[in-house]
Amino acid sequence: MTGGPRRARRRGRMVPAPLLVPALVGLAFLLLPLLALVIRAPWSGLPEQLSSPEVWQALRLSLLCATSATALSLLVGVPLAWLLARTDFPGRGFVRALVTLPLVLPPVVGGVALLLAFGRNGVVGQWLETWFGITLPFTTTGVVLAETFVAMPFLVISVEGTLRAADPRYEEAATTLGASRFTAFRRVTLPLIAPGIAAGAVLAWARALGEFGATITFAGNFPGRTQTMPLAVYLALQNDPAAAIALSLVLLAVSIAVLAGLRDRWMSAS
Amino acid sequence: MTRSVRRTHRIRRTARVAGAGAAALLALSACSSSSDTDSDSAGATSASPKLSGQVTVFAAASLKESFTTLGETFEKQHPGTEVTFNFAGSDTLAASITGGAPADVFASASPKTMATVTDAGAAAGTPATFVRNQLEIATLPGNPDHVSSLKDLTGSGLKVVLCDKTVPCGAAAQKALDASGLELTPVSYEQDVKAALTKVELKEADAAVVYKTDVKAAGDKVTGVDFPESAKAVNDYPITLLKDAPNTDAARAFIELVKSAEGQRVLTGAGFRTP
Amino acid sequence: MTDTGERKTAVHSPAPDGHPSEEGLDARLVVDRGSFRLDVALTAAPGDVVALLGPNGAGKTTALRALAGLVPLTGGHLRLDGAALDRTPPESRPVGVVFQDYLLFPHLTALDNVAFGPRCRGAGKAQARVQAAAWLDRMGLADHAGARPRRLSGGQAQRVALARALATHPRLLLLDEPLAALDARTRLEVRAQLRRHLAEFEAVAVLVTHDPLDAMVLADRLVVVEDGAVVQEGGPADIARRPRTDYIAQLVGLNLYRGRAEGHTVRLDTGPAITTTEDLAGPVFVAFPPSAVTLYGARPTGSSARNLWRCEVAGLESHGDQIRVDLTGELALAADLTTVAAAELGLHPGAPVWATVKATQTHAYPA
Repeated sequence: MTGGPRRARRRGRMVPAPLLVPALVGLAFLLLPLLALVIRAPWSGLPEQLSSPEVWQALRLSLLCATSATALSLLVGVPLAWLLARTDFPGRGFVRALVTLPLVLPPVVGGVALLLAFGRNGVVGQWLETWFGITLPFTTTGVVLAETFVAMPFLVISVEGTLRAADPRYEEAATTLGASRFTAFRRVTLPLIAPGIAAGAVLAWARALGEFGATITFAGNFPGRTQTMPLAVYLALQNDPAAAIALSLVLLAVSIAVLAGLRDRWMSAS
Repeated sequence: MTRSVRRTHRIRRTARVAGAGAAALLALSACSSSSDTDSDSAGATSASPKLSGQVTVFAAASLKESFTTLGETFEKQHPGTEVTFNFAGSDTLAASITGGAPADVFASASPKTMATVTDAGAAAGTPATFVRNQLEIATLPGNPDHVSSLKDLTGSGLKVVLCDKTVPCGAAAQKALDASGLELTPVSYEQDVKAALTKVELKEADAAVVYKTDVKAAGDKVTGVDFPESAKAVNDYPITLLKDAPNTDAARAFIELVKSAEGQRVLTGAGFRTP
Repeated sequence: MTDTGERKTAVHSPAPDGHPSEEGLDARLVVDRGSFRLDVALTAAPGDVVALLGPNGAGKTTALRALAGLVPLTGGHLRLDGAALDRTPPESRPVGVVFQDYLLFPHLTALDNVAFGPRCRGAGKAQARVQAAAWLDRMGLADHAGARPRRLSGGQAQRVALARALATHPRLLLLDEPLAALDARTRLEVRAQLRRHLAEFEAVAVLVTHDPLDAMVLADRLVVVEDGAVVQEGGPADIARRPRTDYIAQLVGLNLYRGRAEGHTVRLDTGPAITTTEDLAGPVFVAFPPSAVTLYGARPTGSSARNLWRCEVAGLESHGDQIRVDLTGELALAADLTTVAAAELGLHPGAPVWATVKATQTHAYPA
């Protein structure tokens, strides 16, 4: 009962203009280009564009690779975030800076760096080729690696922030109950930071889905194998902007559907 | 836009050094007594009011080396002018121009791309073909796989990269393949010719079908292999003055330089053929 | 680890004569942290409840964390039931901890919180839950087994935390300010329950508190820690009667002075003399409760009190139906009087008063 009037007052209170105006400007700035895409979309030609099996092939590949890259990021990124947040080792600040490096590196440079490391002639790649017969460039695995390289920092930063905000004493409480540090992490910390991990995973997934530069440089562009939607969009843009817009719309629609779907699921779960 | 402009600046800085060297070489090959007389004579032949200000040239990526040299030459001949380049894929440039980017000159790597600019009414006058480019196979240094023809790329387990069909070099390569009745499945369709060449330079691919000019520019990092079918897919490079050119006079003078004997010498030196 | 086995040993085999330290806790905790150094010796027999009492920052919690293994010892030793634990990681120590704000895992139900320990120590999921349910039942929380911690009241959360710590059958139970998070009313009730549970606990319990009442109600023995060192140790009654530092005196609500006794007169180190009933010689403490002080507006005539000092009111504070008066002057002291008396005297800060204490109400003991 006491909450009633307070809540009502909060709802009725005016949002201060110094916050409202920039907020609306920011929202408009983000949405206008997307809106323009929708307005200028060649709606009449759209069915024809979408009937091309290559579009669906690229979309399928995009979703598959972005999801795999997110899974890979989770597998190694969450432990990395834990290491950065919960342990103390010399040069930790430096390592954290290195982790964020792919964020500032132009993705194409990232792609070249990946080639130099994992390429057929790369620092590590030449051994992969000689010993295991594994080549990564021009393969779907290469796409996943390129996307992981670019997307994982988002996950690591997000999870590390959540870990820092989480109370480390819960882990201590777990160890006094007989849990090893790993068990404490798995059974206590992980569930506690799940929302942060989810947010980081969504960021990483979205980033991986839109990845272009590192992918085309490291994995090349071959329909059905390494041509993801952003690559298809870019190449379509070269001589058929209408097709490019159509493809972009498909990518937008699918990502909105997936993100909204995930959000609903979390909302109902919590 | 910002990205391409910034890139232009960076290129300009490095190009200035290279350009100066190239200009010195030019001066030597022209057997003139001094470069001063050179620029004097050039100034005299133009016979137009003194040129000044900035000329903005949007040029296909494959023109980077030769146009940078010509830009240096132009600035020497016309003190007070400054040539700014935006090198990128022709289609990207065309899209910028029709989108209203301020430019004086557009040099495209394909008539088709040029057509989108003229169709949009953005060009002043009729574009003129100033050079032609021919395809060549770029192989690993020393051609270890002994590639000698386009057919050699189709069989064996060679990793070949082509340009995507949507960009001029890819279209040309497809034309050459079709003309010789060959089927070639590459490992990748690259987004532009430089990307295709990079894959060979980094030894990730064994061969790429690229322009002769690119092979030349790559120096000893790749080995070029001529193939007869390339004659069936020659690319014309048209150049034009743009309608909304902020600096029409200087732009005309630059186009003249490109078409002049001196310009053609620089361009053929880079691997282009005269039209 | 065979926790149950150890427990049996503790319960059934009597401590061999001459080796009482084999059973229970025997520790000297040294933790060096640059500017702060903790050096506290603690011993306790099974069944003992020891309270570490001290002001904030005294090092009580550090001592507790050192016992749990969450803070490494830089010196000293730690033996529990004869086994050295100095190098044992926290998860392998037979130690249970009730944390200050309980730290119940928010994503687990009360039942799963309690089952967490048994699970980690090797019990199957179902078995751990059965054990946990039994503990919750003992705590009177059977109805709340399925509740998430945020749905529990403070008192319920405290009992779940206690059940969680006890469910691993620890040989040493540590409680960090177990009642601090509770409001006054719940506190009374929970304190009584906690006392019952601690009395039933057969191994060593160490609790940390800054509240003397909690310490005295819950513990058999008090260890007072100030600035990282033990300043006094003993039974609650002893410490309450014979405080040895200003901090303890204030805690137990006594006026405490240090001086030199010559017979019935104690000459204070600073200030006047106090007449006592005890006949002592040498350095002594003198203590008397604020309620023993009588105040007069004018110098009393015909009073038999030998202890008469001219003072001035420094401050007034209400304590229930009593007024605590802080006095300065010849002797700094605290006096308790009724609200009515305070009103009649017209007390206000700066007011001059005369204070008397009967010798029979003072208590002197060797320092």
